[in-house]
Amino acid sequence: MQITFKDVTADYQIGPLRTPRVLDSVDFNLEPGTFTAVIGHTGSGKSSLLKAMNGLLIPVKGEVHIGGTVINRSKNKKSLKTIRKKVGMVFQFPESQLFAETVEQDICFGPLNFGVPLEEAKRIARQVIQQVGLGPDILTKSPFALSGGQKRRVAIAGILAMQPEVLVLDEPGAGLDPRGKKEILSLISKWHNNEKLTTVMVTHDMEDVAHYADNVVVMEKGQAVLHKGVRELFADIHALKSLRVDIPQARKLQLKIEQETGVKLPQVCLTIDELANCLMKAGLV
Amino acid sequence: MNKLILGRFFPGESILHQMDPRAKLLAGVYFILVLFVANNWQSYGLLWIFTLVVMYLSGVKFSVYIRGVRPLIWLILFTVTLQILFTSGGKIYLDVGPITVSNFGIISGIYIFCRFVMIIFISTVVTLTTKPIDLTDGINALLKPLKRLKIPVDEISLMLSISLRFIPNLLDETQKVMDAQRARGTEFGEGNLLRQMKTLVPIFLPLFASSLNRAEDMANGMETRGYQSGEKRSTFRQLAWKRKDTLCIGTMIILTFGLIVLRTGGFIH
Ligand SMILES: Nc1ncnc2c1ncn2[C@@H]1O[C@H](COP(=O)(O)OP(=O)(O)OP(=O)(O)O)[C@@H](O)[C@H]1O
Ligand SMILES: [Mg+2]
Repeated sequence: MQITFKDVTADYQIGPLRTPRVLDSVDFNLEPGTFTAVIGHTGSGKSSLLKAMNGLLIPVKGEVHIGGTVINRSKNKKSLKTIRKKVGMVFQFPESQLFAETVEQDICFGPLNFGVPLEEAKRIARQVIQQVGLGPDILTKSPFALSGGQKRRVAIAGILAMQPEVLVLDEPGAGLDPRGKKEILSLISKWHNNEKLTTVMVTHDMEDVAHYADNVVVMEKGQAVLHKGVRELFADIHALKSLRVDIPQARKLQLKIEQETGVKLPQVCLTIDELANCLMKAGLV
Repeated sequence: MNKLILGRFFPGESILHQMDPRAKLLAGVYFILVLFVANNWQSYGLLWIFTLVVMYLSGVKFSVYIRGVRPLIWLILFTVTLQILFTSGGKIYLDVGPITVSNFGIISGIYIFCRFVMIIFISTVVTLTTKPIDLTDGINALLKPLKRLKIPVDEISLMLSISLRFIPNLLDETQKVMDAQRARGTEFGEGNLLRQMKTLVPIFLPLFASSLNRAEDMANGMETRGYQSGEKRSTFRQLAWKRKDTLCIGTMIILTFGLIVLRTGGFIH
């Protein structure tokens, strides 16, 4: 599903006051089926950008198109609900939204709200709980009795169960151990490919960008200052420096090798495997 | 969520901001008591002048105070209506069974209304001009005498200051959880009362869970740093009684005399 931001400006209202623009003339277009990473410094408006995709932050100017549905100042409740059905949003630390008596009830909460019959919702719950790498026996447990990593998976399962066409995730790996984080991200990536979703993920980790995303949006002070393919972004060393964006390990190593040997490899390598292949092809090892 | 005014602090430099919290608390409570001395339009007029001057001195915009009254307006109007309907005497305008609308009723309705609004205004002034932490220090200081009666004053004020400290966090968190449940298709403020109540469960349960966790973390943190209840402790912030504060108490005494002079029936009813 296509996501288009047309000159979107938004802010928050606190009592009588309005914050400065948290989104400032954001304008880009995400093609259906892409996996986009949103990066930027803290407070740059990444989470707000995601909220705007789900109708939780309504633009004061401009519009957001999700497929055929438009969110703008004169939105109505019905179109918000349509959008929220299509766009599954995983918040930062999503485990704080768990509330039900059992894991099954919590996973069914979203689908039931969107009018899926109970039996069908239960069937979906059974399916998604396995997709997130947990056994069906966990369905009858209380979500509060689970470990942190398990809670995270259950919360994500609760979103996947809504069978969204667009998946937006706010730092889904934050606060997990490296292995748990990798597992979660690869299950998201798998789900993205299997279901042909359009996925947007906020992350601070350039390794994640290199491994999972195909496009990058860089946010700075509420503006989307750059929207590019991942390889193009990491090819342009000068741009990376001026945006103060880190470089993934494999790419760093590649640059070092190129500098030492004077040989320029034919492609930008994002993972160690790619780099190894490239080096072998170039006959450097 | 962000509309509650009563209980908020507005940073500022006014004379009221600089006063000792003890003086403000004492004066605030005393004002509420002395309100009941007024019984005619002259004495209510004096109270209004006092209230408006104090509000002006706080340096906070008038509209902020009006917004403070707004959430309570139905409660106020309800009480006023009862007062009007069930007070009899004087000239009668309407009489249906036990319900009468008389000019006594209307007048006492107006007085009740004034009392409510002035109480809200004055307590809002106190909280708007006093940092929550100073407020709890002030309460602690004023309740000190109750220690003799074996009432755990320090613990109570510690509880109070911790609660105040976490109100903003709780509001933020409420917003976050509401957003998260909205994203899962909940619509707040829709349907009948029962349905609306049901939508609250997915908000309150996560909030309770996180509050309990935080309370436990906090208790552990305090214990590992050697907190012991019932010990005598010194305070980091010292309250200082100043000239302004004495002046404030003096003003309250003058106000009292003014009311006694103006009310009908003099000192005794
Ligand atoms: N609910 C809110 N009410 C008022 N202001 C907010 C709210 N949420 C965010 N802001 C403000 O909007 C700006 C952008 O915040 P946002 O959460 O989108 O940043 P972010 O890029 O996600 O940061 P981080 O990397 O720390 O998560 C910040 O200045 C923040 O203070
Ligand atoms: Mg964020």
